[in-house]
Amino acid sequence: MDEQYQITADAQDAPVIEPGHTFATVTEKISAIVLTRPASNGWFVGFGIAFLMTMMMLYAIGYLVLKGIGIWGVTIPIGWGFAIVNFVWWIGIGHAGTLISAILLLLRQSWRNSINRFAEAMTLFAVACAGIFPAIHVGRPWLAYWLFPYPSTMGVWPQFRSPLMWDVFAVSTYATISALFWFIGLIPDMATLRDRATHPAAKIIYGMLSLGWRGSARHWHRYETAYLLLAGLATPLVLSVHTVVSFDFAVGIVPGWHTTIFPPYFVAGAIYSGFAMVLMLAIPIRKIYGLEDFITELHLQNAAKVMLATGLIVAYGYGIEAFMGWYSGDRYDAFTIWNRLHGPYAVPYWALLICNIFIPQVLWIHKLRTSPVALFFISGVILIGMWLERFIIVVVSLHRDFLTSSWGMYYPTRWDWMTYIGTIGMFLAAMFLFLRLLPAISIFEMRTLLPEAEVKE
Amino acid sequence: MKRERIYGIMAEFDSAQALVDAAKRTHEAGYNKIDAYSPFPIEGLAEEIGFYHDEVPLVVLIGGIIGGCTGYLMQYWMSAVDYPLNIGGKPYHSWPAFIVITFEMTILFAGISAVFGMLALNGLPMPYHPVFNVPRFSSASKDRFFLIVFSSDKKYDPAGTRSFLEALGPRSISEVPS
Repeated sequence: MDEQYQITADAQDAPVIEPGHTFATVTEKISAIVLTRPASNGWFVGFGIAFLMTMMMLYAIGYLVLKGIGIWGVTIPIGWGFAIVNFVWWIGIGHAGTLISAILLLLRQSWRNSINRFAEAMTLFAVACAGIFPAIHVGRPWLAYWLFPYPSTMGVWPQFRSPLMWDVFAVSTYATISALFWFIGLIPDMATLRDRATHPAAKIIYGMLSLGWRGSARHWHRYETAYLLLAGLATPLVLSVHTVVSFDFAVGIVPGWHTTIFPPYFVAGAIYSGFAMVLMLAIPIRKIYGLEDFITELHLQNAAKVMLATGLIVAYGYGIEAFMGWYSGDRYDAFTIWNRLHGPYAVPYWALLICNIFIPQVLWIHKLRTSPVALFFISGVILIGMWLERFIIVVVSLHRDFLTSSWGMYYPTRWDWMTYIGTIGMFLAAMFLFLRLLPAISIFEMRTLLPEAEVKE
Repeated sequence: MKRERIYGIMAEFDSAQALVDAAKRTHEAGYNKIDAYSPFPIEGLAEEIGFYHDEVPLVVLIGGIIGGCTGYLMQYWMSAVDYPLNIGGKPYHSWPAFIVITFEMTILFAGISAVFGMLALNGLPMPYHPVFNVPRFSSASKDRFFLIVFSSDKKYDPAGTRSFLEALGPRSISEVPS
């Protein structure tokens, strides 16, 4: 009975958009962040720190180019250290943006309209961070373009039977489609900013970016068709990207990698970490920019529910890994599980279980699902947990394989940490710039949510 | 320009409902060369002004087919014809391994076709357009709705069309200089 009351109370308390807004107020409120609101000291401090972290990353990469990847902790047998851990982590974070913008659009979840724009921006920046790692991990980063099939004087072509080649295509397609999806979503809002801007330079820049959009009914019709088709294309794409990333591992014969559960469990983990990042960004943004009317409790709750569901899928994945270690009867698989629980990397493995499985269960509690502060910290825990998961998969599987003579240990160096933390800085710096230069919430899609947008035939 | 030519007559409305109703009546009155402008997509508005044939899906389909064929044939030609390499004893034409990239190329080409096809069919980018000459039109990206009858319409006559639009109860009427 109490539960019943709770559910109806949820539905009433948390609308997608707070009542009382009109086309004009929505437009003014969102565009004012970009056009009239002065940048606060907090923004400069935050951007400054993120910028310094980016510089640290560039320094670490510069040194890497000079010295080679020997400055990292990677050795044989652990040839894939932080670079691949961070690559998988970042690209997974990106997945939530596409899920929100494409899959929830197809499912007619109109609440997505408040968060799709910055979630897509998050996707782009996360994919940019992810893309750095394989490129600098190839050893001679200035030759990374050899990954692409281009007619070279050497007369050779890439080897298309390798999942690593599939990954090149999957990730570059994903980056391209995400950028296009983001850009066409921005076009009508660029027109809004063009018409609102007072500074001549802003008028010209937003005017150029709007491509001369004028909101003609014919244009809207084609626009909506293209947007819907793009969403339909991005949906299988996003599922394929982390599937292909998991093939990088699953196609190999290393115990701990060679398993068929990897594709679905990687995709679920990607969405899990991605929603955690969405919440970690949305909670401070809505507070600082006063957007609680648009990013309401409903959004926080829905994101928390998605995290709870995908977290359970991830937990199931861990369970199946452990079960198959025993059920397969393969002594190397069984040893992998034992080694995770009791080996030299047992502490990160137990931390992973605590971060990804145990702590997120508190999201069953309604009070915590609606508390921004609690959600912020739980999301942080999940992001750490998902990073540890990739660390376990990459490092712990490699460090002890079939022959004891080829066992080893992996110790990340300061260059590993500087590059990793540096990409977080780059991601945040890009987010800071995005918030000041582009509308963080899709204005035209918010207008469609208002009651006055309804038309009777 | 010496002689000011008129591009059309534009009426401004307060609500999406008013625009849809006005567009419907204008189209029913026999005006064919009309357009409607709104700050967000309105379901069914394009049909009211006589727009039925949206070619974007066809463009996307063609793009996707070209992408898929390009992806597969590229891999086939590179792996089996131009540079055959024995990888773990697999056949040169190992088609199952080629599916992933074929799929990704299909999505890539279809997605690019969707965006650039939509822009091309819409005639964008077009930074200048006569409707921008109307000062009030800047609200079309905020909270106002506009209907225009182009002067190229067969039924168009300056006074008659204006009084027809006035009868629809608009907020304002403007002539759009070209």
